Amino acid sequence: MSETVHTSILICGVGGQGTVLAAKLIAQAALAKGVHVRSAETIGMAQRGGSVVSHVRLGSNMYSPLIPHRGADVLIAFEPCEAVRSIAYLREGGVVAVSSKAVQPVSASLSGKAFDAESMISFLKKHASRVMVLDTDSLCVQLGSPKAANTLLLGAAVSSGMLGVTMEDLKAALKVLVKPGFVELNEKALALGAESAE
Amino acid sequence: MPEQMIMGNQAIALGALQAGIGLAAGYPGTPSSEIIEYVAKYRKETGVYVEWSVNEKAAVEVAAGASYAGARVLVTMKQVGLNVASDPVMCLSYVGVKGGMVIVAADDPGPISSQTEQDTRQFAHFSKLPVFDPSSPEEAYEMVQDAFDYSEKYNTPVILRPTTRVDHGYAGMDILPLPKARRIEGFVKDTKRWVIFPRTSFLNHKRVFDRNEHILPDVFSSVKYNSIEGTAVNAGGKKLGVVTSGISYAYIKEALPLLDKSGALVMKVGTPYPFPEKKALEFLSKADEILAVEELDPVLEHELVYICGKYKLGNTIRGKLTGDVQEAGENTVESVKNALADFYGTGGSPSVPPADMPELPVRPPVLCAGCPHRGSFYAVKQAMKGQKTVYCGDIGCYTLGNALPLDMCDTCLCMGADITMAQGFFHAENDRKCFSFIGDSTFFASGLTGVVNAVYNQAHVTLCILDNSTTAMTGHQPHPGTGVTMMGDIVSKISIEKILTAVGVNPVLTVDPFDLAASVDAVKKAAAAEGVSAVIFKSPCIAVAQEPGYAAQPKQAVDGSKCIGCRKCINELGCPAVGFKPAEKKAFIEPSLCTGCSLCSQVCPAGAITAEKTEEAHE
Repeated sequence: MSETVHTSILICGVGGQGTVLAAKLIAQAALAKGVHVRSAETIGMAQRGGSVVSHVRLGSNMYSPLIPHRGADVLIAFEPCEAVRSIAYLREGGVVAVSSKAVQPVSASLSGKAFDAESMISFLKKHASRVMVLDTDSLCVQLGSPKAANTLLLGAAVSSGMLGVTMEDLKAALKVLVKPGFVELNEKALALGAESAE
Repeated sequence: MPEQMIMGNQAIALGALQAGIGLAAGYPGTPSSEIIEYVAKYRKETGVYVEWSVNEKAAVEVAAGASYAGARVLVTMKQVGLNVASDPVMCLSYVGVKGGMVIVAADDPGPISSQTEQDTRQFAHFSKLPVFDPSSPEEAYEMVQDAFDYSEKYNTPVILRPTTRVDHGYAGMDILPLPKARRIEGFVKDTKRWVIFPRTSFLNHKRVFDRNEHILPDVFSSVKYNSIEGTAVNAGGKKLGVVTSGISYAYIKEALPLLDKSGALVMKVGTPYPFPEKKALEFLSKADEILAVEELDPVLEHELVYICGKYKLGNTIRGKLTGDVQEAGENTVESVKNALADFYGTGGSPSVPPADMPELPVRPPVLCAGCPHRGSFYAVKQAMKGQKTVYCGDIGCYTLGNALPLDMCDTCLCMGADITMAQGFFHAENDRKCFSFIGDSTFFASGLTGVVNAVYNQAHVTLCILDNSTTAMTGHQPHPGTGVTMMGDIVSKISIEKILTAVGVNPVLTVDPFDLAASVDAVKKAAAAEGVSAVIFKSPCIAVAQEPGYAAQPKQAVDGSKCIGCRKCINELGCPAVGFKPAEKKAFIEPSLCTGCSLCSQVCPAGAITAEKTEEAHE
């Protein structure tokens, strides 16, 4: 058995936020370089506004599509409370790219007990070696598209150098997976995400 | 050719097409739905016939006909679908097949999107059908092809039993060019073979018994899917080994290096029934104590205990029955690692959440913002306020009508049970207003016979048909009411309204669930009628209605100067797009979620919620 380099990325969010495209872009970027990939998606009931996760694993000699606890190099979170929910997957020295935008569950609106996104972020900062917080709402306004959160976060994640693929790999993957009319916007989002992660 | 990301369900479809199938039929159900969709994607290049059948029983019977004619056939369903299909499946087990038949029944440990944690490996044993259990998308691709060969060689349907993490796992795989569907001989009349009779079943029972008890346990002992690897771990003077099946094999392979036990003795079982007995004996000779790591039922554990008894072996078999592996729910790398650490006696503590972890809100699935079911449930709730009612729900997105604040699902059992259970409530308590809620796809799958039962047996119930013109929960598959087939044909839509009218339901009222006043009115009228009445709430699933071709509705917005902070919009509807700003004591609408359905505006007592100006809505 040869020495193997693995990269594991956990992407989490709320059903409907578009976590699947981010996972597909990373997988495509790795495959194009000849790196073997396994991944797993949440498909089914939870897609209706429940907690969803995508597991993406790059490298050889791996078996499970699910990442072991403390096995993720990068945690990409579309929502701060979901990032906290998945913290057990992050390895020591792993990094987090997280949107600051909280999505309150209906039950929180009903009970009037909304959670505090700030305390979620400060928890993450205590438990990850690096946390890149993106104000995806205002960055989306800057880009002129409400649906760019996934590529913004991906841009931040790739800037960490720990994603197992490069910015150029992701840009090439965009051309394969995204409709031609949206490639440029998504390229801008990747760059803006990387910039904002500084 | 570079590798592509292939979903497990796509791998199963591709494997079946490689095997030259001429027909594929199924009914949607998570986690199996994508198989038929992928077969349909390749229908033109292969010439395969593919359909969504009205239910799983129909799918198996359609496939049986084609198999008797000599075609290789694939049938797909989720595990509970196999219950619906069990009548033809049990009988086919005796009759056998001509063209190979593979039945994919996808199990859902957890369960993640299912009513039960039933184990199709047990169903295979019960129905006397061989079963293959893949541990990865790559293995599923190979297994399904071999399963067709075994099906024809041994004259039996064969079950492929993937689980959610194989179905919805992806792996980089090479795709080979697909062959055309195989040419077929055609049906050859042979009543002794194709007509099931008590005498033929007696004779076939002997044949099937001999195959399953005497032939296949040996044959399967030498197939590659049943393998033994590594060497026994010595601990406490005993030699230890692990037996596993399906995706748990992958978790074991991940967990062993984490415990410094790479190279430990593992037996992987790819054919849980008939059990590969010789292979198991070889494995048992290598270890004193065995841990069975599997999901759902303790199938491997029972088999090994049985073999130990049969051959008077002294091995200790541990697993679910001995409390060493969790008895219910999904395995993970973590849970398997912990079970192995205990088994090997290496200790190590399970990971615990950090002490300063903030309290996290639960985030259950909910009806989407703009979901028409919200309007339907709310209208019935309003119309029946203060009356003695029961609301019988069913399987689909609308099961989510059970959540607060709607709380409009008193029962949910299985597909189609809403209509018939409402009848039972009526016959037991005839002063109760009995309602049933069923979606359009479920209506065709298993609601229709229940309606006939209600009319014939003089029940007094009101049927609420939640017609969103698709099979929403499983990912928007077409059905008989949509006018589209999986072959890409546009066909006439079968009208639920006409069916109900034809069998004697009266009145049958059709309303737009986003017109609250009209909907409440229709429900009151239907509930007041004698006998079986129906309200058809007709509005497309919001996920479909947001696609191009549908007119976008202007988003709603709260006028802060008019909002009185009563929270009625939140407390009555529970829409994910409506929130509350505690500081200002005003409701607000999240523009990225609002679809403009306007229900909140219709319940607002202060007239504070109105459509945004058009230019903003088109942003």
